[in-house]
Amino acid sequence: MEKLLELDRLTKVFTLGSVISRVRITATDSVSFYIKPAEIFALAGESGCGKTTVARMILGFEEPTSGAIFYNGKKGTKNEKVWFTEGIQAIFQDPFGTFNPLRTVDRYFFETVQNYKLAGSKEEAIRLIDEKLRAVGLSYEEFSGKYPNEFSGGQLQRISIARALLTNPTLLIADEPVSMVDASLRMSIVNLFKKLKEELGVSVLYITHDLATAYYVSDRIAIMFRGNIVEMGPVEKVLMEPKHPYTKLLRESIPEADPNKRWDTVITLADTEYEEYLRAGCKFAGRCPDVMDRCKDEVPPDIYVDGVLVKCHKYAGE
Amino acid sequence: MNQTILRTEKLKAFYVLDVLGTRKVVKAVNEVDLEIRENEIYGIAGESGCGKTTLLKTLYAAIEPPLRLIGGKVYYRVNGEEVEVSSLSREEKRKLRWEYVSYVPQGSMSVLNPVIRLKETFRDFLDSHVSGKTKDEAFAIAREHIAALGLPQKILDAYPHQLSGGMRQRVTIALAALLKPRIIIADEPTTALDVVVQRGVVQLLKDIQQNLRNTIVLVTHDMGVQANIADRIGIMYAGKMVEEATTEGIFGDPLHPYTRYLINSLPRFGDKTTRESVPGSPPSLINLPSGCPFHPRCPYALEICKEQMPGFVKLDNNHKVACWLVGEGGNGKAS
Amino acid sequence: MKVLRDLFRDYRFALSFCVLCLLLVLAVLTIFSPYDPTLWGVVPRDLKPSREYLLGTNSKGQDVFWQATFAVRNSLVISVIAGTVSRVIAVLVGMVAGYKGRLTDRVLMFVSDSLLVIPLFLIIVMLAMLIRDKMNLVTLGLLLAFFGWAWDARVIRSQILSLREREFTQTAILSGTGTLRLVLNEYMPFATPLVFSTLINNMSWAIGMEMTLAVLGLVNLDIPTLGTMLQWAISYQAMLLGYWWWIATPVVLAVFLFVALYWLSVSISEYLDPRTRIQRVGV
Repeated sequence: MEKLLELDRLTKVFTLGSVISRVRITATDSVSFYIKPAEIFALAGESGCGKTTVARMILGFEEPTSGAIFYNGKKGTKNEKVWFTEGIQAIFQDPFGTFNPLRTVDRYFFETVQNYKLAGSKEEAIRLIDEKLRAVGLSYEEFSGKYPNEFSGGQLQRISIARALLTNPTLLIADEPVSMVDASLRMSIVNLFKKLKEELGVSVLYITHDLATAYYVSDRIAIMFRGNIVEMGPVEKVLMEPKHPYTKLLRESIPEADPNKRWDTVITLADTEYEEYLRAGCKFAGRCPDVMDRCKDEVPPDIYVDGVLVKCHKYAGE
Repeated sequence: MNQTILRTEKLKAFYVLDVLGTRKVVKAVNEVDLEIRENEIYGIAGESGCGKTTLLKTLYAAIEPPLRLIGGKVYYRVNGEEVEVSSLSREEKRKLRWEYVSYVPQGSMSVLNPVIRLKETFRDFLDSHVSGKTKDEAFAIAREHIAALGLPQKILDAYPHQLSGGMRQRVTIALAALLKPRIIIADEPTTALDVVVQRGVVQLLKDIQQNLRNTIVLVTHDMGVQANIADRIGIMYAGKMVEEATTEGIFGDPLHPYTRYLINSLPRFGDKTTRESVPGSPPSLINLPSGCPFHPRCPYALEICKEQMPGFVKLDNNHKVACWLVGEGGNGKAS
Repeated sequence: MKVLRDLFRDYRFALSFCVLCLLLVLAVLTIFSPYDPTLWGVVPRDLKPSREYLLGTNSKGQDVFWQATFAVRNSLVISVIAGTVSRVIAVLVGMVAGYKGRLTDRVLMFVSDSLLVIPLFLIIVMLAMLIRDKMNLVTLGLLLAFFGWAWDARVIRSQILSLREREFTQTAILSGTGTLRLVLNEYMPFATPLVFSTLINNMSWAIGMEMTLAVLGLVNLDIPTLGTMLQWAISYQAMLLGYWWWIATPVVLAVFLFVALYWLSVSISEYLDPRTRIQRVGV
């Protein structure tokens, strides 16, 4: 099977506090997954589950404590920066933060063209930029010489995608790309990912907390919880027939836009997130409705059930 | 039907800014008529920058420069009598606040004093409104209140930073409900929270409403949350109310083209068919389009839409909509 | 241009700007000076202000008006050297420390913190005493520059630290921009307003410092500055002997300079701060 990007047991430990009260937080704990060419892979979970840390490690903004990242079969190291920036580009959560408010947006485009030597002349550069902007439904005329605050959030996010496309990447890392975009414009961004996949063969790592759009757009999905992938597989299976108790809880907690499907059951919440990070065994044991004795001190293994990877004791020994 | 408790008439509140010598008027709330009833959860939905938060500020009579009340009135029904809010003195307003109407601002987790325990915060709060309580009595009331809302009692002994964001948000909501106000106004209480926590907050708001049988005005752009909690929903666009109906009415039979787009663009589980966004971009409140502010984005726009703003017309079963295609101005529904 | 027009709407800016222009004109007038400012006895001594000698003459036989033009020029030169050089150091140190982080940051901040905590005045006095013979406008300016950057370097560093975490930094990195270009293009626009407003403060500090050193006799007294003029007047008992024009000239000029620079910096920093801007314009 062809793998575009592969993460092998990627672990990142942050050390907080001073020498006296040092706390080690495992942001990602042996995270492994791969992305195929022309595939939208969703990495979903709540805040603090480590999904952004994964993205930062792929982009080289953060060094993994252990584990490796392979891109096209080649191992990425700190000294080889080029392998990721040409092939892997990223777009970020806050469209207004993506560009420097004191500079015009087009400067980033020309810098990218210049730094990667994508065009020989200015005319060629403008043609290339215009082509990429048209792919996201904008044009060079309506964007040149303007500052970020002259655009709406949705427009900026599309501009951000256009900039990422300049180097003809094969993989786009999108960290919460729609959470700060107006609801009425969200789908235009999400639909763009579909279009990129289908027309240009670009793969997308779609990092989100929004399971509904993840279901809509992605092919496979991984659910993260407190640094672990607890369930991973085809999106239809994971979200329509969730197996891990946490996925079930998450799935039920999505407010559906249907007044006939209101919640009627009561849930318990974690008082402090901090405790869950430090928990030995399964990190969800404190809130799990199906908790067993061994969940509290034994880390559950990765089990394949019906083509879906589940990290839960419930499915062990079946 | 329940009695109206909060009513506005042609409410207009603009931000008047002087940016480097040029006067800019942000028409954040533009002729809004609202009738919010007793014992209901009234949801206000709309995109960021459509004037939702400003509307709440005017409802709560918390108008501070550069925001100005340009016209219109806000009425509260206090003890069976309608009171016009802007006619009240500062002292009268202060008395109404928290006891009659309370406000949970956006990002309100940060209002808790970080250096004192939460029970002290509750006691300070009681002290400033209900005098003559001893320390122990105040703590007892706080404990009872927290227990009634199903929150763990041990949080009263904690400092705010020891709690998660979601728990802090629920504590602030509990605080807003402490004096059993008849109206609670909440601005985006579930935004920036994780889905599971968000569900906890929705659960809490529902519990409070059922216990107190009061009115909650809930602003959120999340249509999923609206569907789950609101009894009636008002849709706001560019400072104006464009549609108002029961939750079933909004989701089952949206009439305004904007509402239709909004509802139809929501992704649903088990349905991967293509969803389309609303075309175009939201208008700037400084420079509004003529006529109906939605007309540049509306595929059904008529000539009249460019010239005149349609009235907010009441159809049968209390469905209200401001669109030339619907009601008396139009020839039936847009399709 | 638009910026200037907006600034001129503030009367403090307009006034202080005019005063500074007048002082600059004075400094430029030195070109036309009929006398060498370092020579003694070129005019009759101790004359009151008159048509011939606008601000009178002093006990050294010098024309006070022409002395004053040189004094203003030299004081401004010192303060500009001290201000710009210390700004350059502050920007460099702040940006390198903020962007590089780790050990570089710790070393640079140790240096700047040391400069902040030691009693600066005593050190400057000691150094001035040591190099008194080689003291001229440039060395004095550099000496003051060396002690004037620490605080602003810290401010710039903290600004960079927060900018580094902003997403546009990552956008720039993904656009292939190198470290130096990134710092210059992305961060410099944020630091510029700060550099300008602190430049003015630093200049008035340098002028004051020069006057203090001069009054203590720690600079080359042959070079006329506002400080040395005052020093000579004091040492010739000008006050006691009633030669008020001699002592009043440097004092009045210095006061004008200080007030003008202070108002300039206040109104510029208010202009740059959006919160006070709204207040000032009034809604």
